[in-house]
Amino acid sequence: MRHHIILRIAAQLLIPPILLFALYVQFHGDFGPGGGFQAGVIFAAGLILYGLVYGVAEIHRVAPTHVAMKMMAIGLLIYIGVGFAGLGLGGKYLDYNVLLHDPMAGQHLGIFLVELGVGITVASTMLVIYQCFSEHQSRDLADDEW
Amino acid sequence: MIIRLRNLFAVVMLSSVFSLLSAGLFVTLDAVDVAFTEAAVGAGITTVLFLGALALTGRLEKPVHGRQYIPLVIMIGLTIMLIYGTMDMPAFGDANAPAHQYVMPEYITGTEAQIGIPNVVSAILASYRGFDTLGETGVIFTAGVGVILLLRVGMPSRTRRKSDDPE
Repeated sequence: MRHHIILRIAAQLLIPPILLFALYVQFHGDFGPGGGFQAGVIFAAGLILYGLVYGVAEIHRVAPTHVAMKMMAIGLLIYIGVGFAGLGLGGKYLDYNVLLHDPMAGQHLGIFLVELGVGITVASTMLVIYQCFSEHQSRDLADDEW
Repeated sequence: MIIRLRNLFAVVMLSSVFSLLSAGLFVTLDAVDVAFTEAAVGAGITTVLFLGALALTGRLEKPVHGRQYIPLVIMIGLTIMLIYGTMDMPAFGDANAPAHQYVMPEYITGTEAQIGIPNVVSAILASYRGFDTLGETGVIFTAGVGVILLLRVGMPSRTRRKSDDPE
């Protein structure tokens, strides 16, 4: 896609707002529509767009697969960890009320952390799946092959 | 009107368009969170993954020889069963629908009092039904692991060689 200058410039303009919007959806999910799942997918979509336009090698340089694979597990572990934190602080598993002194503040913190874990896992899983597919391609497809 | 397509690229694009239209449908039904997910996952990521799979396989569906009556009968039977199933569904917007009874009023009133965030969907997803969401996150993680095991293991690629190289 190197010769598609319009695509490359458009991607350059689009990718930063996409990533920023993903973060907005992630951290504003308590107040508006959105949450970890949507934010993770949008973040991954921004990175995948980068990979589509600039090539497989470039996306591996920006977001290496071995790092993304670890992030998949880290997100899920954050979620599980919040559950055990509630257990350790004297509540039930995934009980956010006991996380802080005020139950409502505890709920806020619990939902924030859980959504963060979901977002990390979803974003990195989507990216890893895309990278697994794309690195099997032995060569770049010509434009008229589609 | 398109009835049959063998070009899989066009099929992927049409399913992406369909997904985007259903996202619009969800918005008119006031289910913005679902619409958001449909637009991001269905129209966005799924299309890209399908295209990635197409690039690895072929652009055209394999031609099928002869008439296939058994699949046709199964499809017609399934369609009739599904339409019959919708007859028992409550009317749209019915306040007495089972989905709006049971725990739902408690969630709606409890979100403000117990959790204190405006988005009821987030409250249900992350707090009331935290276990379900943990399971869903586990499913996504497992799907990723499955793809890694299928496509990556034992495959010497330039990136793997680079990362495995001690240097």
